[in-house]
Amino acid sequence: MLRLAAALLVVLAAGFSLAYARTDKPVVVIERPGQCVEATEVMRRDHMKFLLHQRDRTMREGIRTPKYSLAACVECHASTKTGSVLGQDGFCQGCHSYAGVKLDCFECHAAKPKHLSAQARP
Amino acid sequence: MSDNSRRGFLGTAAAALAGIAIAPGIRLIELAGARAPEEPASGKVRWGMLIDTAKCATGCTDCVTACNKENGLHDTGQPRTDAQWIRKIDLKDLRSGRQHSAPVMCQHCAEPPCVDVCPTGASFKRADGIVLVDKHTCIGCRYCVMACPYKARSFVHENLTDQLPAVPRGKGTVEGCTLCVHKIDRGDGTTACADACKAAGHEAIVFGDLNDPQSEVSRRLREIPSRHLRGDLRLNTGVRYAGV
Repeated sequence: MLRLAAALLVVLAAGFSLAYARTDKPVVVIERPGQCVEATEVMRRDHMKFLLHQRDRTMREGIRTPKYSLAACVECHASTKTGSVLGQDGFCQGCHSYAGVKLDCFECHAAKPKHLSAQARP
Repeated sequence: MSDNSRRGFLGTAAAALAGIAIAPGIRLIELAGARAPEEPASGKVRWGMLIDTAKCATGCTDCVTACNKENGLHDTGQPRTDAQWIRKIDLKDLRSGRQHSAPVMCQHCAEPPCVDVCPTGASFKRADGIVLVDKHTCIGCRYCVMACPYKARSFVHENLTDQLPAVPRGKGTVEGCTLCVHKIDRGDGTTACADACKAAGHEAIVFGDLNDPQSEVSRRLREIPSRHLRGDLRLNTGVRYAGV
């Protein structure tokens, strides 16, 4: 019996250590510290809901308030190194690839802030 | 009060009255153009254009170039399928030989066929009369491309990069002239093509609120004869043409 319990313990411990060693947590770099539009906990859980509602308000009714606007997210969160929210350590993509959630906003939307966009360049 | 000072007072009073009379007109235009960012587009406004083909120069493509720049449309090396929001057409009367040219884009119909045929509700008309594609719900079936009598819709065939923040575009969706909706929502009260035409000195494109009798476009529509393209379809287009 004791031997069985010891074996179980070994297996469990190995399992835990494996689970922790499997994937590195994403590096979330906040380069422009300050208050986001909601508390961090709320943003982590619900940012997609805010974006979805704002998307319909903007598209259908022409309401372009900066709060919850995707362009405003990009303006603030784009990396100063790459100029983008995409890339391995990009603010959006870093977390999304860790969570295994497909991120297709940026197939159409600009991942770079306005001053780095094609229009701003000569 | 001497006669002189009374005259002076009357003059000032008349000037003040004139100021009041002018001020409401200007305010009306301002209100129509600039909407608060949190205020939804209103049905009181109907955005539209008058294109005076007599002033449109054959060979000039400034409106097309300006549209491409404003909306980030690039040449993808596939000219037959590249998106085209506005195009110049050349017209020739075979009997008289009279030639003229005009830009054609989405006519922003009051009764848009593209909206009727859309199976997902992606093609829609905004309250202020602008016909748009909600690319979040567009499935790329291209029914609207077929339904539009003006060939105003384009399908995006290629992967795109470097889109502008104000104009999201992507492969697999249909798009067309938005009447520079991002500029309207910003309160610019003008479109890239109208600006370019004015800058080129032609002023063939006049943009404005068709519902506002004080607006430049309404005034011009009252003054010169104009028509809807394919008026027989009774689509009540927002873009009107003079001289065709």
